[in-house]
Amino acid sequence: MKTSLSGRIGSHLAAYGSTALFLLPVYILINLSIRPVGDLTPAFIPSSHATLDNFVNAWTQSSLPGAIVTSIFVTVAACAVVIVFATMAAYPLARSTSRLSNATFYLFMVGLLLPFQLGLLPLYFQMRDLGLLGNPLSLVVVYAGVQMPFSIFLITTFLRTGVPLEYEEAARMDGCSNLGAFWRVVVPLLRPVIGTCVILNGVSIWNDFFTPLIYLAGGQQVTIPMAIYQFVGQYSSNWPLIFASLIISMIPVLALYLVFQRYVIQGFAGGLKG
Amino acid sequence: MPETVRRTRMRSLRSPARSLWWLAIPAAIVYLYVVLVPTAQGAYFSFTDWIAGGGAPNWVGLDNFVAVFAGDAGAAAGRTFAIALIVVVIQNVVGLGLALLLNGRIAGRNVLRTIVFAPMVVSALVVGYLFKYIFGPPGSGGVNAVLALLGAPQVDFLGDPTLAMGVIILTIVWQFTGSTMVIYLAGLQGVPEEVNEAAAIDGAGYWKRFWYVTRPLLAPAITINLMLSLIGGLKIFDQIFAVTNGGPGGQTKTISLMIYEYFSLFGYYGKAAALAVVLAVAIGVLSFVQFSVLRRQERQS
Repeated sequence: MKTSLSGRIGSHLAAYGSTALFLLPVYILINLSIRPVGDLTPAFIPSSHATLDNFVNAWTQSSLPGAIVTSIFVTVAACAVVIVFATMAAYPLARSTSRLSNATFYLFMVGLLLPFQLGLLPLYFQMRDLGLLGNPLSLVVVYAGVQMPFSIFLITTFLRTGVPLEYEEAARMDGCSNLGAFWRVVVPLLRPVIGTCVILNGVSIWNDFFTPLIYLAGGQQVTIPMAIYQFVGQYSSNWPLIFASLIISMIPVLALYLVFQRYVIQGFAGGLKG
Repeated sequence: MPETVRRTRMRSLRSPARSLWWLAIPAAIVYLYVVLVPTAQGAYFSFTDWIAGGGAPNWVGLDNFVAVFAGDAGAAAGRTFAIALIVVVIQNVVGLGLALLLNGRIAGRNVLRTIVFAPMVVSALVVGYLFKYIFGPPGSGGVNAVLALLGAPQVDFLGDPTLAMGVIILTIVWQFTGSTMVIYLAGLQGVPEEVNEAAAIDGAGYWKRFWYVTRPLLAPAITINLMLSLIGGLKIFDQIFAVTNGGPGGQTKTISLMIYEYFSLFGYYGKAAALAVVLAVAIGVLSFVQFSVLRRQERQS
């Protein structure tokens, strides 16, 4: 469609201007983190004596190095459990039309509405009795359950609308067992929706703070948001040092995001649209 | 009758899935253990006097609910609702505006989309600390440094309950507008260019075209975005915990923050559970009402 030159300039100005507003906090974050402690020039003015000392100090004085390992373990383990179990469950739930199967599906969907805080409190005592408080394994268990309904919803919807029955039928005619048809024919077709599940579950588990705040309190092993929380508590007004720790904590997830940004954005748009 | 029998048999013959019902068992066990059973227990505990270090909990009926609302839970519920409402409005207006802007012919629009969406993938706690510094007290905050430089009076943003709420809302909007925008962008893909052009040839201006062509086609995206931002706003915890921790004087506390305080700091398990029940019911009722209203409008347009 033809638009006037002034209109095009206007929309470019608006687009770049609003994006710049979004970047302003990030600029302050970086600008302050490369500044020597005690340099009190206003945060908007570019730092004149840039240094990486804060990053070195944040890395050595915080529990971030161990926390990154813990966060990776928790996120990968919980994602794996959720996706394997949800894929297995979604197949019969999507294909069977029996009343029991429908009821089971709706029972899972109830979980989308229940706020996790309510169950999190009694589960705390379950974990205590199992001796798992302060142990990242407790987080894997919690996330596996909390994320299950949404993943089942996504995969079931995808199976019903995007995977025709004919493939399974053909596989069976070729002598495939039931399980073989599921594993060799259906699962490979689920790749797009499994990608969406990995992204949505991964981001929310990686960034979750409420659960570790309750389950890992007092423990030695912490996740990244917990490490940040402890570090901020320790150095409450040393903002350059804190900002360096914030940047370190953001690097893994931002790097992955920039590499896979197309898939991440599509995953969010498609998955949440569900 | 034979017809239906044959069709059912055909269906079960066609998909091997029916004999694989047992594949759902692991997911069901995890879900029961982590979600359903503890939630039911939590609902039960909300009617008991269970506290940390106390004996076996006793049934006390609605006492916890009465007690928390006699305290500051009423005010906290009001604030939670206010935050959710304001966030819903701002996030959707800004998100839709950005989506329309970045759906147009803008050079490098993919880069701009990537930037606006980026805050969504980082931790809300980290974003909270960043904004806590920016709106810090006179003498140390980022905005106040600029005010000082300009010779303007400095403002204690987080020391004033209303301004502190504004900062919390800004923090949420900054982080989540990108995801709202992305969902609107996906919705805009469904608006055919030809329809828009035809309307333009018929002399419809930009706003007219938006209202009569784009908006009805965006209806599903609007429903999802309003639902997501409402639920997100009602559950909000990390940002408040980081920016104000409920202060000043407890005047930015929300229900989520009170649940945490009752549970972890005071050990009032029964009361914490009662607040969680209140939050659950509020989220359920409000989402249901919103969803039915929006669905009806969707069908009309």
